[in-house]
Amino acid sequence: MSTELDTPVGAAATNPTPAADRAATGREAVFRVYRGDAKGGQEVEYRVPVETGMVVLDAIHWIQGHVAPDLAVRWNCKAAKCGSCSAEVNGKPTLMCKSRLDHFAEGEPITVRPMKTFPIIKDLVTDVSWNFEVNKRIPPFQPREKAEWKWMQTDIDRVQEFRKCIECFLCQDVCHVLRQHELKHQFAGPRFFVRIAGLEMHPIDGADRTGFLKDHAGIGLCNITKCCTDVCPEGITITDNAIIPLKERVVDRFYDPVQWVWRKVTGK
Amino acid sequence: MIATGGVGKAFKVTSNSWEYTADGQALAFDVGAELIDMEFVQFHPTGMVWPPGVMGLLVTEGVRGEGGILRNSKGERFMWKYLPEARRNEYADDEDEAARWVEAAVAAKQTPDRRPPELSTRDNVARAIYTEVREGRGTPHGGAFLDISYLPADRVKKKLPSMYHQFMELADVDITKQPMEVGPTMHYMMGGIRVDPDSGAATVPGLFAAGEAAAGLHGANRLGGNSLSDLVVFGKRAGERGRVRARDPGAHDRAVRDRGLRARNARAVRSLGRRGSVRGPSRATRLHGPLRRHLPREGGPRARAHGPRRARGAREAGTGRGHAHVQPRLAPRARPAQPDHRVAGDHAQRAAAPGEPRRALATRSPGHGSAFGAVNMRAVKSGAEMKVEPTPLPQMPEELKRLFEPAKEKEREKEKVG
Repeated sequence: MSTELDTPVGAAATNPTPAADRAATGREAVFRVYRGDAKGGQEVEYRVPVETGMVVLDAIHWIQGHVAPDLAVRWNCKAAKCGSCSAEVNGKPTLMCKSRLDHFAEGEPITVRPMKTFPIIKDLVTDVSWNFEVNKRIPPFQPREKAEWKWMQTDIDRVQEFRKCIECFLCQDVCHVLRQHELKHQFAGPRFFVRIAGLEMHPIDGADRTGFLKDHAGIGLCNITKCCTDVCPEGITITDNAIIPLKERVVDRFYDPVQWVWRKVTGK
Repeated sequence: MIATGGVGKAFKVTSNSWEYTADGQALAFDVGAELIDMEFVQFHPTGMVWPPGVMGLLVTEGVRGEGGILRNSKGERFMWKYLPEARRNEYADDEDEAARWVEAAVAAKQTPDRRPPELSTRDNVARAIYTEVREGRGTPHGGAFLDISYLPADRVKKKLPSMYHQFMELADVDITKQPMEVGPTMHYMMGGIRVDPDSGAATVPGLFAAGEAAAGLHGANRLGGNSLSDLVVFGKRAGERGRVRARDPGAHDRAVRDRGLRARNARAVRSLGRRGSVRGPSRATRLHGPLRRHLPREGGPRARAHGPRRARGAREAGTGRGHAHVQPRLAPRARPAQPDHRVAGDHAQRAAAPGEPRRALATRSPGHGSAFGAVNMRAVKSGAEMKVEPTPLPQMPEELKRLFEPAKEKEREKEKVG
């Protein structure tokens, strides 16, 4: 049976989309993929035939299908929309489905490692559940009383940017406060400053999150290196549009002496 | 509780995540549950066709809504040719009218103009592109051109940002300057596990299903947006009833033990840890090629039976043992099954058997319309075989029928006037 199975049954002659049959490039790429779990592991080398337009996730799937069926990888949409296939490719936090092989130097090995900031489960899969716990603590959307549910387009555009987040957690992975200093208990991380910015700048929202930002989200720990903005696959200007305006709100509220006096005098 | 989604991975070109392997349907079938209407496979007309890694990836209907024009390799706007006569008067007469409609629609204004032919139904547009390609008027990579580049670049980037980036990053195509190449892509499985609409219960006691894995809600052709409401409503119902049942340990144990599910589970998990399977292409990888090479044709938008040999080939490809899909192995919480496509593939094949009238969504044998509309096609295990047979369509309950009467009355009046 296997010989018949392995032979394409007249497909090439009549298939209207024979694109895949023409895709082989004859080249091979060398991958060093991290294999291991919480107890430890190492990079393992795999050679993968290269197809036109191939991305790193395709290569990982090829390895899974042909050499290492027990290779663990989390993924879903293959279209940079679900935020599942985050990993570190040649040291850079990125979505594997968006990393084209032809953007890497030919012949150079490509390393693929799991996100370092989160505990590893197996191979390329990490446990990102800490993020969901942080998320639960953020004071949710709370409409102002008698708010008018009619907004200006500019207000929509401002918060719309923050809604583009796909929760790939690459910004959390790259942030040195979490990655090197491991301050997960003090610092919410860029992803959640983005969420809070979306709530705080929402024209209908009436909740005040400045105290939360200062005391629980640890926004003061961010020293605006902009690494998060660099790795965001959705192109959200995390540092400039979310974090810095939030820092300003915290400063206005807690550290600006003029405002402090003004509030004392006016009682506001 | 089965909520494993559809069957996309059985097809070479699909917009689905490749996790949709029909495992749930196969499991249910194996324990004797009925599957219905597995020949109803929906193709989205516009998926990417190049490069191979993104083949099938969805190109949103929004592109056509914003004014995207479909052309073949000769530059012809071919959709005019494919409009069904009965609905011809719902579409623009010429390019000018179509363009005016787009401008009005984008500005959310009322207009007497009619919509562009590109906005015909999904099955029709998919069939049209397929036909153009098959008749030799396809693009270099076997699709049709979808062009939005005649609009100002800023407008395209603002209205279709995700498409702009998708083509730029994955295909090196700037859609504000060049046309996209698109073709039909397997998008949704209307068929699946037969369930009771109130409880999500399958035809086997103790088994529940919801979402794309279940069937019966979307008829032969799901409408856009409806699967999300399906999940919310029927997922909740199935979850609630499933929970009630699960809390009755007697019933639960009986159902599972009787059908040997635990033994199956143990066997599947054992095979994941087997050392021998870690070298060479997995069985699944070897089986997928042939199966996927068959289904796009046999079950594709212009599906036809091509004689017993091809049908047999696909069936054999689908009957192999082994894991049809190699997934993350977070052992031992792995997939509790011998997951495979054979059920889906087999059913789709059987529906395409030579000499029998076809009832697929995209191609139906002429003259069978009303008869086909009155039945569900049921697949059920009979010994080692799959038995496929028509069963009467469930009748709509009276209270629901009443809701439809006024609408139908209106339709009839409209027809009289028209």
